[in-house]
Amino acid sequence: MLKVVFYGTKKKKRKAKPPNPFLVKSIIILISRSVSALPLSLPDCCCCVSAFSLCFEISTKKMAARFLWASRVASHLRISIAQRGFASVVLKDLKYAESHEWVKIDGNKATFGITDHAQDHLGDVVYVELPDLGRSVSQGESFGAVESVKATSDINSPVSGKVVEVNEVLSESPGLVNTSPYEDGWIIKVELSDAEEAKKLMDSDKYSKFCEEEDAKH
Amino acid sequence: MDQNANNIKNVYNSKTLNKKVFKATTTLQSSRIRNLRKLQGQNKVSTFRMRGGSLWQLGQSITRRLAQSDKKPLSRRCFASEADLKKTALYDFHVAHGGKMVPFAGWSMPIQYKDSIIDSTVNCRVNGSLFDVAHMCGLSLKGKDCVPFLETLVVADVAGLAPGTGSLTVFTNEKGGAIDDSVITKVTDEHIYLVVNAGCRDKDLAHIEEHMKAFKSKGGDVSWHIHDERSLLALQGPLAAPVLQHLTKEDLSKLYFGQFQILDINGSTCFLTRTGYTGEDGFEISVPSEHAVDLAKAILEKSEGKVRLTGLGARDSLRLEAGLCLYGNDMEQHISPVEAGLTWAIGKRRRAEGGFLGADVILKQLQDGPTIRRVGFFSSGPPARSHSEVHDESGNKIGEITSGGFSPNLKKNIAMGYVKSGQHKNGTKVKILVRGKPYEGNITKMPFVATKYYKPS
Repeated sequence: MLKVVFYGTKKKKRKAKPPNPFLVKSIIILISRSVSALPLSLPDCCCCVSAFSLCFEISTKKMAARFLWASRVASHLRISIAQRGFASVVLKDLKYAESHEWVKIDGNKATFGITDHAQDHLGDVVYVELPDLGRSVSQGESFGAVESVKATSDINSPVSGKVVEVNEVLSESPGLVNTSPYEDGWIIKVELSDAEEAKKLMDSDKYSKFCEEEDAKH
Repeated sequence: MDQNANNIKNVYNSKTLNKKVFKATTTLQSSRIRNLRKLQGQNKVSTFRMRGGSLWQLGQSITRRLAQSDKKPLSRRCFASEADLKKTALYDFHVAHGGKMVPFAGWSMPIQYKDSIIDSTVNCRVNGSLFDVAHMCGLSLKGKDCVPFLETLVVADVAGLAPGTGSLTVFTNEKGGAIDDSVITKVTDEHIYLVVNAGCRDKDLAHIEEHMKAFKSKGGDVSWHIHDERSLLALQGPLAAPVLQHLTKEDLSKLYFGQFQILDINGSTCFLTRTGYTGEDGFEISVPSEHAVDLAKAILEKSEGKVRLTGLGARDSLRLEAGLCLYGNDMEQHISPVEAGLTWAIGKRRRAEGGFLGADVILKQLQDGPTIRRVGFFSSGPPARSHSEVHDESGNKIGEITSGGFSPNLKKNIAMGYVKSGQHKNGTKVKILVRGKPYEGNITKMPFVATKYYKPS
């Protein structure tokens, strides 16, 4: 009996390799030629790109390399891709306000900050105006501000309560709001005065849709 | 210059360069990505745009591009007003490089690119930046009386300028206030080249035209040509000269700060002025618009990625660090050049003779001293923005901030504004009101970051 070997059936553990520059260049040339010269059908083009994307494993460095490669391809093809190659993040177990603040409710304590979508649009944060301890805040009221190089944005309180803790680290490192908006970039912690108010806030799916709608308008 | 060129090749070989460029642009991204991976592991993350990130989006963009291939070039924003904004020759180039386009003085200009404004600002002073300033208006005055004609409108000693040199000057009005600031260059005794602000273009051209008509009616020989067929690019930073030297045969080491030359750069005839708006050594290149994209590409390629396209956001931070005025903020119709600290721009002969609009007011201020003066401030707390009040230690209002922001190179807040004369000494402690709250500050001299103009030693 002839032993038939089907190539590619064995799942080999491939070592993650950086993109081969020659392969990259040839695919770029292929895509650019096809885009400019022939009336290529849509699926073919996307296939080129998506097939290529399957070659890579996801890892931190790879993501950044992919981002850089994608930007280079985009610039060669003279199209623009969103600068934020990695999509805006929305965490599942938090609540969100329309003014782009997130709340984490833990019993009768709540922590808030601004969302990834907000910090992305603001740019590099250079200053965070923090409220005084013990100050009371009410839902929708502005209690502080986040300043970037070119813009200042008020931070509105998503719930009512009394300020029990502020993130002093932000005075030294306001950039934490950009690098870690949901963790190290938390802004204040309050003691809730009315637990019912949290129900008026959006959950992650609603907030994602809200952001998409807002972006689509621009 | 060859020495410098070799240095670039040796020190900045492409491997290390790519790594550095990669690192600089993705530090913020990689730390965000690291945090997100941690959260992914905890199964708490959902993304609201589709998976695959940039490559998926690239695929989508290509799809959209193909679908729109018979329509106008890609424009992702669909405001009706977008169509009214003027576009420079480099508009598509900006979009292709990830430029975030915003309306500015009736033009669609890039405020930043893929890197943040802070990174761009730091990069300009470390490596270099290429700015598209084609929105600004360049014009030439010609004729044997162009020098005396211009002297009726500006405070500079134009006759005293050597051919091929220029200077910053101010167009004044009858009350001694500033209509606009401009860089004028005397090319020859019968040709003056000047550049005015984009936001003041209509105002300035109407002003010059009106006076030119009156001058001509008295028998003066002057005519003008507005250089709408040319685009202005600004190349600034320590690498500006070495990179530009690759693209021209002329010896740039002989072109000093303020000097002008018409020469061939990258195959086209350009007007080159060694000047800028950042405080760094650099050039403003006026290139025929059809060659602007090629020149920009050549500059970026020759620098091997070190010189980056930089937007107006970083340009504003850089000029603030250099203590330079922005017309519309730090200088206005009611502020004279003396109050703005530009007495040095008023030629000595002009101070004695006058002969420009508003000379009586300005000469009196030179004699008695102005009532307000432009000064620099450092402050704590949030960056002071324009129209913030400045109070003395006792709480009396002594002035107002006209421009301010965070300095990425100094890592502190800087601002400039006007205070009453007498209160303007360096070191004076002040209180600046930002959003109603007073913050400590002090007056300081400008420039905040030392300038690096290329002058003969």
